[in-house]
Amino acid sequence: MRGARRYLHSMSETTNTKLIRGRTGDWEIVLGLEVHAQVASNAKLFSGAAVGAGAEPNSQVSLVDAAMPGMLPVINRRCVEQAVRTGLGLKAQINLKSRFDRKNYFYPDLPQGYQISQFKDPVVGEGEVIVERDDGSTFVVGIERLHLEQDAGKSLHDQDPNATYVDLNRAGTALMEIVSKPHMRSSEEAAAYVKKLRTILIYLGTCDGDMEKGNLRADVNVSVCRPGGHDRFRETGSFSHLGTRCEIKNVNSFRYIQQAIEYEARRQIEILEDGGSINQETRLFDPGKGETRSMRSKEEAHDYRYFPDPDLLPLELDPAWVKAIEDSLPELPDAKKARLQSQYGLSAYDAGVLIIEQDKADFYELAARGRDAKLTSNWVTNELAAKLSASHQDFADSPIGPGAIAELVTLIEQGVISSKIAKDVFERMWAGEGAPGDIVEKQGLTQMSDTGELEAIIDKLIAENPGQAAAVKDKPQAIGWFVGQVMKATGGKGNPGVVNGLLRGKLGLG
Amino acid sequence: MTVLTDLTLKAALDGLASKSFSAEELTRAHVAAVEAARPLNAFILETPDKAVDMAKASDARRARGEAGRLDGAPLGIKDLFCTEGVRTTACSKILGDFKPTYESTVTANLWRDGAVMLGKLNLDEFAMGSSNETSAFGPVVNPWKIDRELTPGGSSGGSAAAVAAGLCLGATATDTGGSIRQPASFTGTVGIKPTYGRCSRWGIVAFASSLDQAGPIARTVEDAAILMTSMAGHDVKDSTSLDVEVPDFSQFVGKSVKGLRIGIPKQYRVDGMPAEIEKLWEQGIAWLKEAGCEIVEVSLPHTKYALPAYYIIAPAEASSNLARYDGMRYGLRVEGANLTETYENSRAAGFGEEVKRRILIGTYVLSAGYYDAYYLKALKVRRRIADDFDQAFGKVDALLTPTAPSAAFGLGENADDPLAMYLNDIFTVTVNLAGLPGMSLPGGLDAQGLPLGLQLIGRPLDEGTLFSLGGAIEKAADFQAKPAKWW
Amino acid sequence: MAIDAATVRKVARLARIAEPEDRLEPLAREISGILAWIEQLEEVDTDGVEPMTTSVAATLPMREDVVTEGGDPAKVLANAPKAAKDFFVVPKVVE
Repeated sequence: MRGARRYLHSMSETTNTKLIRGRTGDWEIVLGLEVHAQVASNAKLFSGAAVGAGAEPNSQVSLVDAAMPGMLPVINRRCVEQAVRTGLGLKAQINLKSRFDRKNYFYPDLPQGYQISQFKDPVVGEGEVIVERDDGSTFVVGIERLHLEQDAGKSLHDQDPNATYVDLNRAGTALMEIVSKPHMRSSEEAAAYVKKLRTILIYLGTCDGDMEKGNLRADVNVSVCRPGGHDRFRETGSFSHLGTRCEIKNVNSFRYIQQAIEYEARRQIEILEDGGSINQETRLFDPGKGETRSMRSKEEAHDYRYFPDPDLLPLELDPAWVKAIEDSLPELPDAKKARLQSQYGLSAYDAGVLIIEQDKADFYELAARGRDAKLTSNWVTNELAAKLSASHQDFADSPIGPGAIAELVTLIEQGVISSKIAKDVFERMWAGEGAPGDIVEKQGLTQMSDTGELEAIIDKLIAENPGQAAAVKDKPQAIGWFVGQVMKATGGKGNPGVVNGLLRGKLGLG
Repeated sequence: MTVLTDLTLKAALDGLASKSFSAEELTRAHVAAVEAARPLNAFILETPDKAVDMAKASDARRARGEAGRLDGAPLGIKDLFCTEGVRTTACSKILGDFKPTYESTVTANLWRDGAVMLGKLNLDEFAMGSSNETSAFGPVVNPWKIDRELTPGGSSGGSAAAVAAGLCLGATATDTGGSIRQPASFTGTVGIKPTYGRCSRWGIVAFASSLDQAGPIARTVEDAAILMTSMAGHDVKDSTSLDVEVPDFSQFVGKSVKGLRIGIPKQYRVDGMPAEIEKLWEQGIAWLKEAGCEIVEVSLPHTKYALPAYYIIAPAEASSNLARYDGMRYGLRVEGANLTETYENSRAAGFGEEVKRRILIGTYVLSAGYYDAYYLKALKVRRRIADDFDQAFGKVDALLTPTAPSAAFGLGENADDPLAMYLNDIFTVTVNLAGLPGMSLPGGLDAQGLPLGLQLIGRPLDEGTLFSLGGAIEKAADFQAKPAKWW
Repeated sequence: MAIDAATVRKVARLARIAEPEDRLEPLAREISGILAWIEQLEEVDTDGVEPMTTSVAATLPMREDVVTEGGDPAKVLANAPKAAKDFFVVPKVVE
């Protein structure tokens, strides 16, 4: 525990340089990820049992999933389509001919005694993902491959002190394993990559991205090398320039991904600096302790004896079908971001915030039509997003619709209400008091732009505060005090532009 | 008076149709024969009550004019086919008292057409064997007996013995390397392994998925054709099932074979083959010539490599297919100190020696460092063997060979030498590797008075030609011999 | 290639079959004999030959994405050596 904290602390100081300072010099981290994404489908990959969490134990299990004698797999077309769609979304090569292999090992939640996967010939080949860093800069992560495979069932260890309970509801559910190249250089980059990948999958509708339920989880390959090693790897393609890697299994949150990487990199550096060497092994991240530990039980018999599944034939895709899937792809995050920037004149940052969720971007576009793009963006991504987040709701089921936000923005644009009043109106909208126009009218919140009324207030103020009025001539920024007083007197309804203009004239600031 | 158990399937169906006897009478006669034949150990589970119930239902259907193709025909089912609610063991202890909650597609097809189930038939454990001696229920004894008890062959020993002994009108069987044809040859019965993919594998306990294929064993070529017509058919639950029409195969029996070109593969004249088998083969050639066939010598140069290739591919697939028998969800569990021990104890106690041997070989040839040298090499040799057949079928319509290199041998005679046992499949295994249809039918008796079989091999999906040729040989051979009833 | 008792032990472990120590040597001899016979395959020229995994010329058929099975834990658990609360019960798995 103490060790973990020390590592985390020293990491946070060095992340900006991408280098970790060790006792014997600098190190850099090299990261590759294997993301397991549960395919959005009704039925399982090779059986007609339902997919989804939360059902009664063993109630979503077919005879095939339970590996009864003589049962045979038949592939679900939708799962293949989803893998192809994802491949296309990752700008990857679609392999028109691929194959399923068996990965043999014994485990109680693996009924067949093998997992049907794609080892040699995956359905999707090389692709790429463009990832944004927090500072707005981007980097590219190469995709090595994407393949389809079966998920395992679930073992419950807490039901009985002397036994393990097995539920096969998840057994046989389709997973896409998306393997990246070792192109990430910091825990932040790794987390940003998973975030971007998740966004793409959700846009594509091929995975719901629910990490809490484990529907998206990552195996993280971590190695460290001396500065320059990764560059030489990228130049030559030779892994000899990289360090020995460890694979951290099944990390299922962005925070854990970062913690696990940071701990693991430090662990490896300590070993190397003490003159030791890294064992290539599988490790487990313990979120409670913030540590990774060796999974020796999985290591011991590490011979999966892959061979082509003789119950299945080669998977061959009709190019016309692939083309039809391609034609049906939605606008993807990168394209949408570029379009929002060009079409609405938004900054890269604002567009980037909007496209993280497809529903948010769609909401924005409905609200922004013909209105101030930046102003609308602010209302969508700040006020409304905060409210939705606090009440655990999504843009798709927002109680305030895009039309209402549009109306609110229009009221501000036309000077009917000030931005400040707008916030009050928005609160009332959220509370369900109706459309913004009705609220403004009912509450009498219309902005005061009548110069006569405002002049009377200003004249009175200046008369009552001659000292302040005189001071403004030497210290023009002191005008702010008067603006504040006018707003106070008008209950915030004074049109700020009009108030400013009148004050400047009357205070002799021209 | 007609002895109902002496009838062919065809004659029995005709008798049922003409109301000469009822399905119940026919079934009860067979139930009695099964009971009387327990010394053969062919049936490992008798289901007389179910049989009589099914027979009564058949009679009712016939009375309503709704009789199907096989209505009222009592059959035996190899215990590799899962039967709903009826214990299915693959003759392995590892399955314990497993009662499937489902019915295999092939048996479901038979029941759809009105057939009656007499019970489950003995076999080599998981169909791994050529003598039925690896069965957890003990060996089947061949109804053909000389001075000593003989094997009926394997793995479908129970099926072949039951048909030969008149216990059932026909039986289901499976063939991975010769398991239908070699027992048929040893018992003087007709067996056909159809083209891979003709019969659904769904619900049949798997041995080697890319080779396993179901087929019938019957007393005549026509009976085999009738059964095949019901058993075959496309099944969406089996990804390797062929989506092709099933003809009425019986229409091919009796068709002229004049002008057909028959290939005689010279590589099947192996060293040490008994002269009687050589002679029978020549006889077969002569019969087909007389029937108007043209005889052509062909070359299948990779024949001798089929058996070693098979003994890599089949165990490799089996080692994986049998991983599901782990004592976790069904079957035998022998608890140990921990999970791994429970796996190891259950599988050690549940599998017999031959099955274990094949699992170990299969595991070894797939393991890291050996895959290319063994498994991949075998897959390439398999292609060579299939290509040999392709070439031959460019010149001929079918091939004629002996079925097995010997007649039935004594129980226990090859038990200590796995390699000697494996050689039983030398003429049959090539067909499985290439996925072709192959039929064995009796050609005559050897000097000891034991039946010998001839094998016909056809083009993919050309079972029809095999039935025509089989019919021609059957007619010429006029094989009427029956085992003397000693049980 | 001849295999020794240690290899048999390793393979038996991979296959989860308990083989008593005194069975390892005899098994190694038997399996070595079979492997020696199998090795005649080396005589076959297989350069450039495509491995044959199936005799079926067709491509993989696909099913539609509809739920057709499940909803019956009793059927799934019908033959279970041990079950409780609709779970399979297996020896304690130690992670």
